[in-house]
Amino acid sequence: MPSSTGTSVIGVPTLASRKLSYPIERGRLKNGLRVVVLPDRTSPVVAVAVYYDVGMRSEPEGRTGFAHLFEHLMFQGSANLKKTDHFSYVQGAGGVLNGSTHVDYTNYYEVLPSTATELALFLEADRMRSVALTQENLENQVAVVQNEIRVNVQNRPYGGFPWLQIPPVLFESFANTHDGYGSFVDLEAATLEDAQSFFDRYYAPANAVLTVAGDVDPDQVMTWVEEQFGDIPKRAVTSPPAFTEPELTEERRAVVHDPLAPAPAVAMAWRTPNPKALAAYLPHVVLAEVLTDGDSARLQDRLLLKDRIATSVSGYLGIMGDPLDARDPTPMMLEVHHAPEVAADTVISAVDEELSRLATDGLGQDEVDRTVARMTSRYLRDIDPVLGRATHAAVFEQQRGKAELLNDLPGLLAKVTAAQVRKAAGTLGTDNRAVLELRPGGAA
Amino acid sequence: MTRTAPALAKAKPVRLPAVADTVLDNGLRVLAVRRPGVPLAEVRLRIPFAAPAKGTATHVARAHLLADTFLSGTEQRDANQIAVDLQAVGATFGVNVDSDRLAFGGSVLLDGLGGLLELLGELLTSATFPKREVEGERDRLVQELAIHRSSAGVVAREALFARLYGSHPYAQDLPASDDVQGIRPKQLRALHAARVVPAGSILTIVGDLTPARATAVIQKALADWTAVGTDVPVPEAPPQSGRPALLVDRPGAVQTTMRFGGAAPRRTDEDFAATSLANLVFGGYFSSRWVSNIREDKGYTYSPSSGIDHPLGGSRFVAGADVATDVTAPALLETLYELGRIATVPVKQEELDRARRYAIGTLALGTATQAGLAGTLSQLAASGLSIDWLREYPRQLNAVTVEDVLAAGARWLAPTVLTPVLVGDSATVAASLRGLVELETQ
Repeated sequence: MPSSTGTSVIGVPTLASRKLSYPIERGRLKNGLRVVVLPDRTSPVVAVAVYYDVGMRSEPEGRTGFAHLFEHLMFQGSANLKKTDHFSYVQGAGGVLNGSTHVDYTNYYEVLPSTATELALFLEADRMRSVALTQENLENQVAVVQNEIRVNVQNRPYGGFPWLQIPPVLFESFANTHDGYGSFVDLEAATLEDAQSFFDRYYAPANAVLTVAGDVDPDQVMTWVEEQFGDIPKRAVTSPPAFTEPELTEERRAVVHDPLAPAPAVAMAWRTPNPKALAAYLPHVVLAEVLTDGDSARLQDRLLLKDRIATSVSGYLGIMGDPLDARDPTPMMLEVHHAPEVAADTVISAVDEELSRLATDGLGQDEVDRTVARMTSRYLRDIDPVLGRATHAAVFEQQRGKAELLNDLPGLLAKVTAAQVRKAAGTLGTDNRAVLELRPGGAA
Repeated sequence: MTRTAPALAKAKPVRLPAVADTVLDNGLRVLAVRRPGVPLAEVRLRIPFAAPAKGTATHVARAHLLADTFLSGTEQRDANQIAVDLQAVGATFGVNVDSDRLAFGGSVLLDGLGGLLELLGELLTSATFPKREVEGERDRLVQELAIHRSSAGVVAREALFARLYGSHPYAQDLPASDDVQGIRPKQLRALHAARVVPAGSILTIVGDLTPARATAVIQKALADWTAVGTDVPVPEAPPQSGRPALLVDRPGAVQTTMRFGGAAPRRTDEDFAATSLANLVFGGYFSSRWVSNIREDKGYTYSPSSGIDHPLGGSRFVAGADVATDVTAPALLETLYELGRIATVPVKQEELDRARRYAIGTLALGTATQAGLAGTLSQLAASGLSIDWLREYPRQLNAVTVEDVLAAGARWLAPTVLTPVLVGDSATVAASLRGLVELETQ
């Protein structure tokens, strides 16, 4: 039996169960701030998220890691708040909070009892108004970020593999290739002037999207937003530059050595179509799952169950693993961990055979449908929390002007056809990809 | 213009959903809750799976491989068919094991719930553990353990548990590779027959469906699960009195992975609320003293945190921070200072009030989703608590005084009752650590 094309005996759930209808309301302040409100009165909680259109790709040369460092600085004090105030207000209201830096955006968010909605808006407005920077806090946060890099990269087996290590193999430009966590030298070179000009340029109201999801009245939210954010002066913003690069015309390979890793791994990456053109892009998103989601997926079946040459297989779009939160160019990634006695080329050949088989023989619509069923289920689980809805709506509004994709995504995924997935598989060639091998131990 | 923070709106009364709590004829306890939201159902099944008093290492190894191979075949379906069927109903569903229980858990598209439970029923009654799949997963588990143990955090956790629990089964929560190597399918089948039984097990379902419907679907799907086995109770964890610090060498490490472990009260103990608040003020959330000190003031670390977890044999306090190698001793000094302070000096009223609001607020956040509610109910039920605890606990938190926090801190968080484990570059850090604590090395 060609196992990976097996059909289900228990029936695929109907698509009707996946129709979403979260209400979405939006507004825009005179200073350019975009606002999206997603009311849902079923639980007394609220999520507030602010997405700034600045990320690792915005960093200037000599300042690798600066977008992330600056994210830390946004918690160090602002127009009316001292260092640690932001945390104590949110947590003292019974809430949780964080921020994160991605290739094309930096976000800040809190989830709280809905009795604290106005407070959360005040806190976000305060640091959009101005950031309070001191040399002492800058140096402190450089040290904190260096420890973040130590714990997540330097003292961790497979740290930074492949997300920090494969971009320089796949891409050319500084924007697309540099280490977004940053070099220690660059981090230590950062100045207060750098931070102020970064804030002035990128943290303008017109460069941000604010979303509020949960137990709120949209009209009340818009009134509060006007009160808290309305008098932040408008500043000019420029559209994000295009980071697009020419396609690869030959395979590129590189090797990294990891002294902490006990076993080797290999990562492969290809360019994908521009994520902005969703209809052409989604078949590639589905393809990654057809290849790697669960034991019935093509590569799991081949590498883990049949050939037994791998320990784990994963595949995804986007350098940081979210297919729908980055602009062009963005890669399709495969990552395989394998035993030391298996050669990397054995793994790569098996992957190539499966990709070629998929591109040549295609697949049944039932295989696509069941893949989409689980993708949909995972997506629904992501957006059940108010924070999941706030963050998805924010990034969709920021990068596509379309928070409504929150509701529309399951329907769009359900339209992906087997022919489209097969065609997408045909783009994963051996001569247009980057291959990065990780070898355990120090460099020879 | 100076602006001030808006006040919080008046708190709303807590509204808890109704839980249908049923014991089926086969002894399985079923908790079902209707919670509107996305069209999914959350499913959690926990089966008591404590290691017997003798043979912990063998049990831990077999239990892990059992979990890894549970979805490898039934009398009706092979491994691929199970994988295909799970995907088709949109099930993100897995099996895992810890020192207390074997757990099946995940989510499924609502109208695939019947199909998932039907498969679950097959697995519980007729999982086959085929030879080929067992051998493949066995090799994979050995490789995964090697990868797992290359992480400093895992090394520290294993060393800490061994030190805290001695001959108690909690000393080991991961299998030794050597114990995995020789496992044969018939041993897994025997473990399945003896321990995968409905009596004492708890199935929790949360989703947008009525408890009556959920219970009926479960009844139909799991009626044939009637196996009877032997009850293996979890032995009471040993009391903790604090042992000398242990330094595990990780040559060349750029950070030292510090962990402090000790006992903690159970949720049902009188001083649990006070201890939870003492933990928060010390290091249990970002606005704590420890985070302010070693991160926001001194920059020694990125992510210090402390918390209480609730294994059935006895609750546990663990604090951890990964600190830059060259500030290891200073970071330990500040940690001992903050632990000593929470144990000997009254907290400020405003510190207590902030921690209290955080504890109450995040309790509500944790149950505001289908997955959060399912996980919470399942864990509470295993500890003998019902959803009423979510109403009762905030009352207990509200009653805690500064004096209560001091007493709890002295009893559970004092440096002398905790056992430190450090994983780091011995050549660089050992000498300076010896100036602060009695140090054993490994």
